[in-house]
Amino acid sequence: MAETTLPGMVPDTPVASRGYWSSVFRRLRGDWVTIFCLVVLLAIILSAIFAPWVAPVDPYKTSVIRRLKDIGTPGFPLGTDELGRDMLSRLIYGGRLSLLMGITPVINALVIGSLLGIVAGFVGGKINMVIMRTVDVFYAFPSVLLAIAISGALGAGLVNSIVSLTIVFVPPITRVAESVTTSVRNLDFVEAARASGAGSWTIIRVHVLGNVLGPVFVFATGLISVSIILASGLSFLGLGVRPPEPEWGLMLNTLRQSIYVNPWVCALPGVMIFITSICFNMMSDGLRAAMDVRA
Amino acid sequence: MAYAATTTPAKNRDPRDRGGEAQPLLMVKGLLKYFPVLGGVLNRKVASVQAVDDVSFDVAKGETLGVVGESGCGKSTTARLLMRLIEPDAGSVIFDGEGVGEQHGLSVRDMRRSMQMVFQDSYASLNPRLTIEETIAFGPKVHGVSGKEARDRARALLGKVGLDPNLFVRRYPHELSGGQRQRINIARALALEPRLVIFDEAVSALDKSVEAQVLNLLNDLKRDMSLTYIFISHDLNVVRYISDRVLVMYLGKVVETGTVEAIYGNPRHPYTRALLSSMPSMDPGKRTTAPALTGDPPNPINPPSGCRFRTRCAFAEGVCATVEPRLEIVADAERHAAACHMEIAGSGHTKAIPQLAPQLSGAVA
Amino acid sequence: MISYLIRRLLYSVPIALGVSLMIFMLVHLAPGDPISAIAPADAPPDVIERLKVDYGYDKPLPVQFALWLGRAVTGDLGRSVATGQSVSGEVMSAVGNTIMLSLCAALVGFTLGAGLGFVAGYNQGRALDKAATAIAIAGISVPHYWLGMVLVIVFSVQLNVLPAVGMGPGGSSDWAWDWAHMQHLILPAITLAVIPIGIVMRTTRSAVAEILNQEFVQALRAKGLSERHVLGHVVRNVAPTVLAVMGLQLGYLLGGSILIETVFSWPGTGFLLNTAIFRRDIPMLQGTILVLALFFVFLNVVVDLIQTAVDPRIKRA
Repeated sequence: MAETTLPGMVPDTPVASRGYWSSVFRRLRGDWVTIFCLVVLLAIILSAIFAPWVAPVDPYKTSVIRRLKDIGTPGFPLGTDELGRDMLSRLIYGGRLSLLMGITPVINALVIGSLLGIVAGFVGGKINMVIMRTVDVFYAFPSVLLAIAISGALGAGLVNSIVSLTIVFVPPITRVAESVTTSVRNLDFVEAARASGAGSWTIIRVHVLGNVLGPVFVFATGLISVSIILASGLSFLGLGVRPPEPEWGLMLNTLRQSIYVNPWVCALPGVMIFITSICFNMMSDGLRAAMDVRA
Repeated sequence: MAYAATTTPAKNRDPRDRGGEAQPLLMVKGLLKYFPVLGGVLNRKVASVQAVDDVSFDVAKGETLGVVGESGCGKSTTARLLMRLIEPDAGSVIFDGEGVGEQHGLSVRDMRRSMQMVFQDSYASLNPRLTIEETIAFGPKVHGVSGKEARDRARALLGKVGLDPNLFVRRYPHELSGGQRQRINIARALALEPRLVIFDEAVSALDKSVEAQVLNLLNDLKRDMSLTYIFISHDLNVVRYISDRVLVMYLGKVVETGTVEAIYGNPRHPYTRALLSSMPSMDPGKRTTAPALTGDPPNPINPPSGCRFRTRCAFAEGVCATVEPRLEIVADAERHAAACHMEIAGSGHTKAIPQLAPQLSGAVA
Repeated sequence: MISYLIRRLLYSVPIALGVSLMIFMLVHLAPGDPISAIAPADAPPDVIERLKVDYGYDKPLPVQFALWLGRAVTGDLGRSVATGQSVSGEVMSAVGNTIMLSLCAALVGFTLGAGLGFVAGYNQGRALDKAATAIAIAGISVPHYWLGMVLVIVFSVQLNVLPAVGMGPGGSSDWAWDWAHMQHLILPAITLAVIPIGIVMRTTRSAVAEILNQEFVQALRAKGLSERHVLGHVVRNVAPTVLAVMGLQLGYLLGGSILIETVFSWPGTGFLLNTAIFRRDIPMLQGTILVLALFFVFLNVVVDLIQTAVDPRIKRA
């Protein structure tokens, strides 16, 4: 009994120790790279949401006389596109569709994939086999190919590209959720919970979810970057939204014809995709590091 | 402390008691579990591991039954079968007179309230995302105790296992030492107010000094809460210290059983003797002459025919390969029995007592 | 090993079947009657009826699938709705171009990725590691189709040193290993090479770092082995993991090349797919994807087998 009351083994003050999430948050606060990426992302997301107030002019307003103006032209800080529309305004508005097309599929896939993976991992047996072998079939396609195949068959459009990207991201999330669930299920604390007489639902709710959703969530945040690149890629191929909607991939597609006229203006939408995607990637890395307890 | 079947004095009889003092708290009959081995091109079952093969034993109320044996002998599988964490292939478990999982018997859920288990890995058996309080309160809540009452119970139990509730309720497993975590696991097991607690190598991973403290704690708890223990360990010294009676297992079978005095003082099975001779002694004069145990146990997928120990036994004879020795428990004071042909009269082994011819024995009578 | 080989091959059969089924179902994903995707919009009813019988759309779905699969196994992927050409012929010539581009990209990407990963793993936590990691993150995050455009802007528009599009001078699609053709390969290959750099670099880095932290490496150093020899041990231990990732990445290059081929008008499968999508040429779409996906399945089997053969720790009976 003495073991536990030896001085120095535990703090003498009866302070409640910090919870898991508060310690994650504390670690994130010290990581300035992640903070910086978060700030950039927030700026992009907020300006997309509040585009009508942030954007200087109407992103749909064309003009024949001021096509493909240079960056730095008075009144058009980022120049104009091939139809004379203000690039800055279009880039701000473009975030709406690009972010929507990039983030929605990952959220959808997170819900569907976690559900499938947790069921497969927890129930095991035949159900596991059916789910995981189906996932294997989807894994037989490189993700770009799968997205283009489904989009190509469904036809262009915002909803169709979100559907096809969701289908692309369900299998990897299912796999991660299944493998984490399987390893958690075999831990003694789940056995102990079963030995307490708890039913499957209670065990999943109290013991499995908390330990599975964290890693799966981190994995999914890493997919957002891929999703944004793929979503804009679909638009770049003409499989996403249709003109004249401002969307970064689509803008890149239409401006591609003008690279001999004003090359750097044509490259701008790609810069936005790049910045967004790299920030999501770095943030995911930072989150992964911060959520790795055991220290 | 090592008296056979120490029964609870009548004055503080447990209100949960159903079968009376003479009824063993737990009767296990013919417990059997074979795990399939998959292989081949189609991943079909090609063999089976005979993890627990026809195991029978009783645990009397208030006693501590030690279970010893080498790793892989089926000790832990037996524990998990008793808790129904694994479904047995055959056999019956009778808890205080009621068959577990049988039609008019005790449901598995109710059994799990009366029987609890402490696992070996103190870290893996605690959910890293739950506070100590939540972990201990989980079991009672599952069985319908209100949240507040479950938390009160958790605090009380923390005190009982020697941890200051004010310091520990809000802590997480990774903030505790191994000994502290195992105390939490004990508290968690006791939270359902069980009558029988199974310890599966529960102190094996602890430092020796911490182990001793935890063992003393277990003795205190047993006395205070009128518990019955099944204590599984590969450490013969620990089992000797804590047990009243001992079960020796080898390759999924019980090979010898008896009181601590009988097993440690007068082991009958060659395997038990070999195990004990491998135990370091403090007394240089006590040099054991029994043959030491060599080699690894045989593969449980294809155990030897007849007596499973014969491949490592110095006394093996023809009969050992053909006939399986039965474990006949005699109801004498020591309840001592060994599944060995040398112990069975008339088995045909040259060292066995020859069977008295029936007419001769009749004449003597 | 032989048993594992057989099992692995048997296991890929249902996968290949599932893949075929999915691709077959693509037609039925398409909005409306599959015939409307094939027939010209103003086709008279008797033509539509004939097409229905020709393509077997009058039969129940399982029968259709069996017929389609039966033909596909014998190499007959149907005819292009747009050009009337045999799909397998067009796909095969395009696949050749795609594989050539992917292999060149793989050579560049794998060398750079593994090299950077080694440097980073060897200099864990130092500036070199951070620089290499930054390159890897940039490589993973960059939209490669945009990178292709930027390279075109720099090298074709601004500097005018490399051609922007096509596979040979004057839009020829006959390949030859001379400078006139090879300069067309440089920009698409470099662009495509960026796809695997990040993953290969990260895998190599963590594998090298893990090996270096193990006690046997410290033991080698303690024995007085030169760094060059220690490096040899590291390479041998890292190789299986890195090779496996490279194998999978080769597959992703085949998929990723679709967008790059569009940027550079490279006459490969991506280009073929792109045109098929816009002409709503479903047989061509199905054929191209089927060939690419089956190639990817095959690649996975090969990677598994190589890894089993190279890594002594994996014992698959």
